[in-house]
Amino acid sequence: MSAENANSPVPTGSYPLAAGTAGLAAVSAKQRMKSRTKPAKAMIDRYKWYEVAGLYLGIAVFLFFVLAPFIEGFLVSLKPLSQLFSTPYSFIPKVWSFDAYINMWTSVPMLGMHIFNSFFISSIVTLIVVIIVVPAAYAFARFNFAGAGVLLGLFLAVNMFSGAVLLIPLFRLMRSLGLLNTYFAMIVPGAAFLIPSSIWLLRTYMMRIPRELDEAAWVDGASRIYTLRRVILPLAMPGIVVVAIMTFIGAYAQQFIFALTFNSKTEFMPLPIGLFAFFGKQEVVWNELMAASFVGILPVMVVIVFLQRYLVAGLTAGAVKQ
Amino acid sequence: MTSTRSATLFAFALLAPALIYITVIVAYPLFDTVLLSFTNASLKQTYDFVGWTNYLRIFGAGNFTDVIIRTFVWTFFSVSIKMIIGMCGAVLLNAAIPGQTLFRVLTMPPWIVPMAIGIFMWGWMYNGQFGMISGLLQNFGIVNGPVAWLAYGNTAFWATIITDVWIGVPMVTIYFLAAMQSIPKDLYEAAWTDGAGRAYRFRRITLPLMVPAIITMSLLSLIATFNSFDIIWILTQGGPSGSTTTMIIDTYKTAIGSRKYGEGAARAVVICIFVSIFCLAYFRAVRRLQQGEAK
Repeated sequence: MSAENANSPVPTGSYPLAAGTAGLAAVSAKQRMKSRTKPAKAMIDRYKWYEVAGLYLGIAVFLFFVLAPFIEGFLVSLKPLSQLFSTPYSFIPKVWSFDAYINMWTSVPMLGMHIFNSFFISSIVTLIVVIIVVPAAYAFARFNFAGAGVLLGLFLAVNMFSGAVLLIPLFRLMRSLGLLNTYFAMIVPGAAFLIPSSIWLLRTYMMRIPRELDEAAWVDGASRIYTLRRVILPLAMPGIVVVAIMTFIGAYAQQFIFALTFNSKTEFMPLPIGLFAFFGKQEVVWNELMAASFVGILPVMVVIVFLQRYLVAGLTAGAVKQ
Repeated sequence: MTSTRSATLFAFALLAPALIYITVIVAYPLFDTVLLSFTNASLKQTYDFVGWTNYLRIFGAGNFTDVIIRTFVWTFFSVSIKMIIGMCGAVLLNAAIPGQTLFRVLTMPPWIVPMAIGIFMWGWMYNGQFGMISGLLQNFGIVNGPVAWLAYGNTAFWATIITDVWIGVPMVTIYFLAAMQSIPKDLYEAAWTDGAGRAYRFRRITLPLMVPAIITMSLLSLIATFNSFDIIWILTQGGPSGSTTTMIIDTYKTAIGSRKYGEGAARAVVICIFVSIFCLAYFRAVRRLQQGEAK
């Protein structure tokens, strides 16, 4: 792939489009502001001290709401069970204990497998979605065929129906395809509900690649497929990356209902379902559940820190009109 | 690029994989749901068409209308609170103060972490004897004695709403933030030059220009919330005594729990009708907003 990029007729790196997209508005606006405020902070952005205090207080309350379950979950994972089930309640552990992180491997024997399954399912879903979405997005971005608008609308409407509504026929479909209790029972329906929004996202991105480039390739005698492969694909790569990341996160975050209904084999269960079985027990070993949750989500948390720029881009692309 | 026929053929060739996939996995099951809703399908291999029986039964039983009303109340509060908190969050994160980028990153975890895992943590926080919410409220002397939030209909109803809000807030916040940043800066500078204060600028510039974003997000959020399943299923499974049973939960219980596929399909069809109405409202709103922009 990278070799092809190097041979592409348009120098990808120097092309301004490669760096920005509709959704990156948020990021670029921030950068713009930074450059403007560098020499002297603009007067309009200057706050009085009590305004700054109020802002930080507000942010503290807001972030407490957002992060409280994680903070509490983390502290619970460090409390020994005897302290957990004692009153009065104390937020900070009195005794710090890492036992939960050791015992969880025996309480949830397949924990490692569940974490792997979550990653595996999300990766395959992402692969399927990207392969299907790239040509489809190109078709919607470039060809004004009859019914394009209606078709795009129908695709988007798919997004509005949750998998929960279609569970019965999907269950029957999976059964007749022989996919029940396999990875594909979770992968196939999971991918379907991520395709529409990905098409929309990539279409918006591709529409910003100048048409003249296709036309120039066409005049030079390039076939349509060659144009897509050698002109559009390299230029759309940043957009495809955003779509892939969004799809992965979508597939990773939403693993529940299909896995709950279409698979009963422990060895194929993704993390949320593996832990849900644990959660449903009569006496939940909370500190181990929380420890297992944290170990399970840690890799993704690390990734977020590096990819947050793309996340904002993906979340807002196509949604905010400029 | 000019020969339209071959261009159309090529476009459809590009679309074929997506079209086939969606047809098999979404369109056909949707059609099958409608079909099944007129049958008495169950675990048995064979089933018969029974006409409107399923629909007459669910609407005749009385509790189905309760479920519909409950779903709308639940959705209404969840969406409204999400919008309000999301707007507050966007305003706070939009302020040009040190730490801005870090705060934005810290907003995202509920949206990125597998939903189910965030919900487990809420499950513990709602624990009556030893959970954080009951514990802290007791420590501060706000409530006397433990409150098991998920054990009573009323509190469970609100607890599930709050968890749903928690999951939806990051997306709403980031979306509103992006919309806020796409407002031209010169508008603020002009108003500022004329001596307009911060609150005035928010009321007279930010809010009016955010209306399209607010409408779009409300409708998208409405659809997502209406379909919300994981939160209620993990926290209460629709209980206690049905007080958190929304339409989705009700359908799942009927279809998957009791294996009444036909009746479950009829309930699912009712959901689809509501979702279609919301969907049309969304598309109309988007089109109208675009037209308004073009003027």
